[in-house]
Amino acid sequence: MTTTTEIVRLKVNGDVHEVGVPTHFTLLESLRYVIRLTGSKQGCDKGDCGACTVILDGEPTLACLTPVWEAEDREVVTVEGLAGPEGPHPLQDEFDLNGAAQCGFCTPGILCSAAVLLDRNPAASRSEIQEALAGNLCRCTGYAKIYDAVEAAGVRLSASGSPAGGYGRSATESGAVPDESKSEAPNA
Amino acid sequence: MPEKVGKHKSDQKLIGTNMRKIEGLAKSTGRAVYTDDVTFPGMLHGKILRSPLPHARIVSIDVSRAEALEGVHGVITGKDMPVTYGIIPWTPDEYPLCVDRVRYIGDGVAAVAAVDEDTALQALDLIDVEYEELPAFFDPRDSAAADGSTPYVHDAKKEGWNGNITKIVQLEFGEVDEGIERADVVVEGDYFFEGTTHTPIEPHCAIGQWDGVGKLTVWSATQVPHYLHRELARVLEVDQANVRVLQPLVGGAFGGKSEPFDLEFCVAKLAMNTGRPVKILYTREEVFYAHRGRHPFHMHYRTGATADGMLTSVDAKILLDGGAYASFGLVTTYYSGQLLCAPYDMPAYRFDSTRVYTNKPACGPKRGHGSVQPRFAFEVQIDKLAEQTSLDPMEFRRRNFIGRNTRTVNEMRITSNGFLECLSAVEGASGWEDKFRKMPFGRGIGVAGSTYISGTNYPIYPNDMPQSAVQMQIDRSGRVAVFSGASEIGQGCDSVVAYIAAEELGVPLEWVRVMRGDTDFTPVDLGAYSSRVTFMLGNAAIDAATKLRCKVQEAVAGHWEVAPDEVLLAGGLAVWSEDTSRQIPIAEAFNIAEAQFGALGATGSYNTPKDVHGKYRGGTIGASPAYSFTAHVAEVDVDVETGVVEVVKIWVAHDCGRALNPILVEGQMEGSAYMGFGEALMEEQVYKDADHGRAGLHNAPSLLDYRIPTSLDTPELEALIVESMDPEGPYGAKEAGEGPLHPSIPAIANAIYDAIGVRMDRLPFTAPNVWRGIEAAREAGHLAKPAGPDADPPRNERPGDVGSAN
Repeated sequence: MTTTTEIVRLKVNGDVHEVGVPTHFTLLESLRYVIRLTGSKQGCDKGDCGACTVILDGEPTLACLTPVWEAEDREVVTVEGLAGPEGPHPLQDEFDLNGAAQCGFCTPGILCSAAVLLDRNPAASRSEIQEALAGNLCRCTGYAKIYDAVEAAGVRLSASGSPAGGYGRSATESGAVPDESKSEAPNA
Repeated sequence: MPEKVGKHKSDQKLIGTNMRKIEGLAKSTGRAVYTDDVTFPGMLHGKILRSPLPHARIVSIDVSRAEALEGVHGVITGKDMPVTYGIIPWTPDEYPLCVDRVRYIGDGVAAVAAVDEDTALQALDLIDVEYEELPAFFDPRDSAAADGSTPYVHDAKKEGWNGNITKIVQLEFGEVDEGIERADVVVEGDYFFEGTTHTPIEPHCAIGQWDGVGKLTVWSATQVPHYLHRELARVLEVDQANVRVLQPLVGGAFGGKSEPFDLEFCVAKLAMNTGRPVKILYTREEVFYAHRGRHPFHMHYRTGATADGMLTSVDAKILLDGGAYASFGLVTTYYSGQLLCAPYDMPAYRFDSTRVYTNKPACGPKRGHGSVQPRFAFEVQIDKLAEQTSLDPMEFRRRNFIGRNTRTVNEMRITSNGFLECLSAVEGASGWEDKFRKMPFGRGIGVAGSTYISGTNYPIYPNDMPQSAVQMQIDRSGRVAVFSGASEIGQGCDSVVAYIAAEELGVPLEWVRVMRGDTDFTPVDLGAYSSRVTFMLGNAAIDAATKLRCKVQEAVAGHWEVAPDEVLLAGGLAVWSEDTSRQIPIAEAFNIAEAQFGALGATGSYNTPKDVHGKYRGGTIGASPAYSFTAHVAEVDVDVETGVVEVVKIWVAHDCGRALNPILVEGQMEGSAYMGFGEALMEEQVYKDADHGRAGLHNAPSLLDYRIPTSLDTPELEALIVESMDPEGPYGAKEAGEGPLHPSIPAIANAIYDAIGVRMDRLPFTAPNVWRGIEAAREAGHLAKPAGPDADPPRNERPGDVGSAN
């Protein structure tokens, strides 16, 4: 098998990786199998399910349809990059609190779509959330708990006083992490 | 409930509250590890060559060109693993790779392991297979009627059966014909349930590793590691003690990963042959062909009732389209009839079910195994009977309520039963009284009910050992370690054992660690199927935890010179109940206990009671230690010009016994209703015929063309938890993962009828199918809102049957 490999410069979650990648690889294959960031998932490899969604220059992007060279020298944020050094992004925390991740396989992609939405509009309405997540299939939840989680994260991001939610920062930085024990009920 | 030594705490602090899942943050931060996230140095990539023909003899396979390709390390064919397997021990009819015959487009014939995926794919092209094509069966009615003039799909399983028959079940309870005769109203109808598939977002994936001297290790996205363990050992001829199955987190399953698949045998054999780790990841297309999803059912029902709406008799004839292999089909055939006998009291019942083979991917268990299809037909039958007896369908269902602490007509034991509360919950929340038959033409509302098992009473292979077990140990630090073999597929079973350990031992939830998914280290749990896990694993965990709790109580009580039951363990403390100022940190209590008893560990197990079913042949199938109950109301908008149905909202009330963690129970209810909605309106696992491509080719093996509901398609879902406190469930719990799917489909069908007066007896309710129904009604001149029931019929509340079992 003759496979052409080239060095590609990828900026992922703030780190620069110069890696040898087969030229026909997608961004998803490069993230998962070359850089070993396995948070982004492959559900269909055809752009149908959204599990591979990452944030490319601020836009939710299907990594399985993105040739790797198209991502060269652009800013890639994956699910692993949503959290900051001090803890999870409010979305990640609220997904856990609200039971929004059952099997969790679609979760990384949904979080990336939702993070971009809340970055632009932390007060997004339920119908805006539905629109923003229309490209991310979830087979477990029926989406209801996901909406609850995104709305709750939006409230926390709004309360943080920042004009936009942002990502790659921690929940603690946003100043809205509830102080209760981890085992306590959400919205209790 | 009587308090006894070893019984769980009666006053619970954590159970019943909303809690995080123990792996929740790992899943939301990308740290969670699934099978395809696992990799090893030197790992090879495998691919499986699949049959392009639906039915053919394999004349020859030549792998020499593939073997010669640079980068290819191993090639295997059916002859390398000539042992049949099957999840049901009585029907092993599959080879890991076909030996002499292929039976559906997609059947595996050879597998390669190569240095990378591209090379493996290239090698598949170099394998030369010569086939002799055979006539194929696609319609189950043709399979059933076959006369042997062309080869059957399999050899006959029984004398007198044609070779296309997997199983025939004919059971009769009570005087069926007499019941039909004495009925004032008899409704008879034909129903068709189209096949659907699971589509977990994670494709199947497996990795094999061989240590060169006898130990085989397989990682797999399976929901039945124990059964996989047994079948790997048998087929690959390795001692069970030398086979280890690891189950990383599973990215959804829904029944689609509940038996061994070709890739698991292939990675194992290729690893044994090459000495290198080998991974196979299915493509999405392969997932559609692997299937094992919902069987298409052709159903005929005859149901009788008295003029005042009491059921007299139910008579069913069902043909199941099984696809190419048996899979769970023996059980499916029983379930098609056995699970219908509640929540309504049937004085007489007969079913005659036949499962046949066709040359299509094998059908198997999908969420609500075998009982979603008949439930659709039967709940529509009920709606028709209610109309003909001029009763509100809510009232009709109430009148026929079977009650609690009773037996069904097929002798299954019913204990707790919150069905009436479920009906009341959806009736009230949906505003039923103001809507049924009262909304404008085009808008409708419908109701349906159902029941489901909380685990199957018997394991798949006969044995008397426990169905579930856990091991628990407590540490000087206050930490609790739990070893659990249960299958976490997203439903939360790893968290359930942690909740129970924290509750019983009084430690914070974060101090509980769960060691899971490894047959070398965790006790056997039979798997995530038949809604068995919370009930059985939960009881096993309570058993282990209470043994430890009693020891800690005894040791601390001795230390304090008080009675053991006066020592309470909660909130990270051991506290004297008579004077709560007397307390010590839980770690100190554990130290006192360890000093007295030595290292502290306990096992716990659960097995089912054996007196819960009839003694007749097949009476054990469908038997469960407890049954859940569900009622749905669906509200729809139907566009009579286009046939487009919009489901506006589904109210889901489910008797889960007790919600150990309500937020997870709601998630199961919403997810079930969503999945039923998808089957009702969108999903079809169908195959092309010769006029539309190659016969037997999957019509739409992608997530774009096999449409599952997106966020924009899914209706609003409202989960209403009903708790009946089951006397044998852990803290009263029953299942919540499958039951709440069933009523979605008939509730939507009944709502469409309420909206426009058109009966939808065939699934799915896509716009073209609904439009055809509308056109037929228009031509017949009865496209209109149906007439309402009698005003203010007497309501039969049966108060004696209402209320929890407390």
